[in-house]
Amino acid sequence: MMQNSIGELSQELFTHVGKSISEMEAIARPSITYWQDAWRRLKQNKAAMLGLIIIILYTFMAIVGPYMTPYDYRTTNPSEINQPPSARHWFGTDSLGRDLWARTWMGARVSLMIGVVAALLNAIIGVLVGGIAGYFGGKVDMIIMRFVDIMYAIPYMIIVILMMVVLGQGIMPLILALVVGGWLGMARLVRGQILQLKEQEFVLAAKVLGASHARIIWRHLIPNTMGVILVNLTMSVPGAIFSEAFLSFIGLGVVPPHSSWGQLAAYGAQVFRVYPYQLFIPAFFISTTMLSLNLLGDGLRDALDPRLRT
Amino acid sequence: MARYILNRLVISLITAWVLVTIVFFLVRLLPGDPFLSEKVTPEIKQNMIKYYGFDKPLHIQYIRYISNLLKGDLGYSLRYKNRTVNEVIKQAFPYSADLGIRAVIFATIVGITLGIIAALNRNKPLDYLSMFIAIVGISVPGFVIGPLLQYIFAIKLKLLPVAQWKGFAYTIMPTFALSLGSIALIARLMRASMLDVVNQDYIKTAKSKGLSPTQIVWKHQIRNAILPVITVLGPVTATLLTGTFVIEQIFAIPGLGKFYILGIQNLDYSMVLGMTVFYGLFLIAANFIVDIIYGIIDPRIRIGGK
Repeated sequence: MMQNSIGELSQELFTHVGKSISEMEAIARPSITYWQDAWRRLKQNKAAMLGLIIIILYTFMAIVGPYMTPYDYRTTNPSEINQPPSARHWFGTDSLGRDLWARTWMGARVSLMIGVVAALLNAIIGVLVGGIAGYFGGKVDMIIMRFVDIMYAIPYMIIVILMMVVLGQGIMPLILALVVGGWLGMARLVRGQILQLKEQEFVLAAKVLGASHARIIWRHLIPNTMGVILVNLTMSVPGAIFSEAFLSFIGLGVVPPHSSWGQLAAYGAQVFRVYPYQLFIPAFFISTTMLSLNLLGDGLRDALDPRLRT
Repeated sequence: MARYILNRLVISLITAWVLVTIVFFLVRLLPGDPFLSEKVTPEIKQNMIKYYGFDKPLHIQYIRYISNLLKGDLGYSLRYKNRTVNEVIKQAFPYSADLGIRAVIFATIVGITLGIIAALNRNKPLDYLSMFIAIVGISVPGFVIGPLLQYIFAIKLKLLPVAQWKGFAYTIMPTFALSLGSIALIARLMRASMLDVVNQDYIKTAKSKGLSPTQIVWKHQIRNAILPVITVLGPVTATLLTGTFVIEQIFAIPGLGKFYILGIQNLDYSMVLGMTVFYGLFLIAANFIVDIIYGIIDPRIRIGGK
């Protein structure tokens, strides 16, 4: 009966394969880490990859750009003021006859450096403070977070402007001012994450096994918040670049002979009715850098935590 | 509700106190004591000593500073003999407030609308378009948008006046340039919030009651999705108000931002500090009002007590 119903397939065609434990347990695909997995997802996000490529390109140009032209970024030349872009001066010259190609890429160094250094310092302080508050909880947490809340309620730009007035202008004061007001957001974020994570079983397991506080924080809690930290870090770089540009624009930022994109844009804005290229060139670089970093940040968020994807 | 308001009020007052205390100590830290340097004329020096009490011990100075502020006295200019911070604010703030209010209203309405359009057309061209506008808006600073608008609409097309503040046509470009970033922020938030609300149980209930999609969107989804947007109105106001510094400069609007930048350029420290205190306190007050509004609209917040 049974054999008839199967039709042409006869019993002889079937052989017993047998059971192999090693084959059953073998993992079909090479195992990939969380970061490899995230990178795989990020690579598929065209907008984020475009952002990444533009950032790498600008960073490269910031390093080699100033040496590609024979002109120095500081040297003034009264016989060649306000020249439009040409074969000699690729981005033209400013009202003092300085070559804008050289100034743009020297400015890129300053702007990108301020953005990255300020964001990194913010992240380090924020992770430390937020991590301590979240992990120890109780009184420590209450005191730290009350302080953070109150500082947070004072508008960021107000803090930064106050610091700049007192510290004076320049690159180092600017970074310091951005950091004084900037780490609070990261501290709140990390604290929230740690509060959630520390109740989880793997932390309990680590505790039971006798791990020290430092080990639990560094080996278990921080790596698990790294995704969120990285996304926030990427997003805070354009914020810092914007703040630098804003402060330089209102006359509180980087001082000549140094240049920065914000400072170039501020000079450009004064003369753009006659020489529009002097504004549009730095404006283009500020905008595309911020756009690229925002796209990359969005991409990273989606790649690191698919649940957050909207 | 009374407890909630009291709670918020106490926090705002502490924040205000911390701010003015920081400003007081920063004044003491200013390098080379610019308030009493040789370059300052005797009359102005007199003003400075009168206001800050530099001849008295530190704690008396502090008490004097706080009581000056409580009286609403924000100090004197370091550069102009008879100019006080209060006078400058009285003269210039109305322009800034006018621009700021226009920008807040414009940003809120356009941002919420964009967010709703994006969420209702999720993963369709309109969604991508709205979110592209939003990310460009976040990425392009106001001081880039402003001159760009001037160049296109005023200089090339001659449709709008280049600058100044003399009527409705003059307000269009500054308002747009100032609010673009906030439009983008609100639109992204509104979209995320709309998509979050769609999955809530009460939307299912509404559907199973047989409400039409339009009714669900208007009566349930949008009304609930707007709540998180209200919480960012405080920070948005702060961004817009500090944004006026550059926008006023670009469009030659005689507002407070113009005087602020002038103060910075003239090294008029007392002017800048006085105006900064004013801005800070104003924004803390704005945050307080937003918190109260949020408490009124969303009962969960005030019952939660935090």
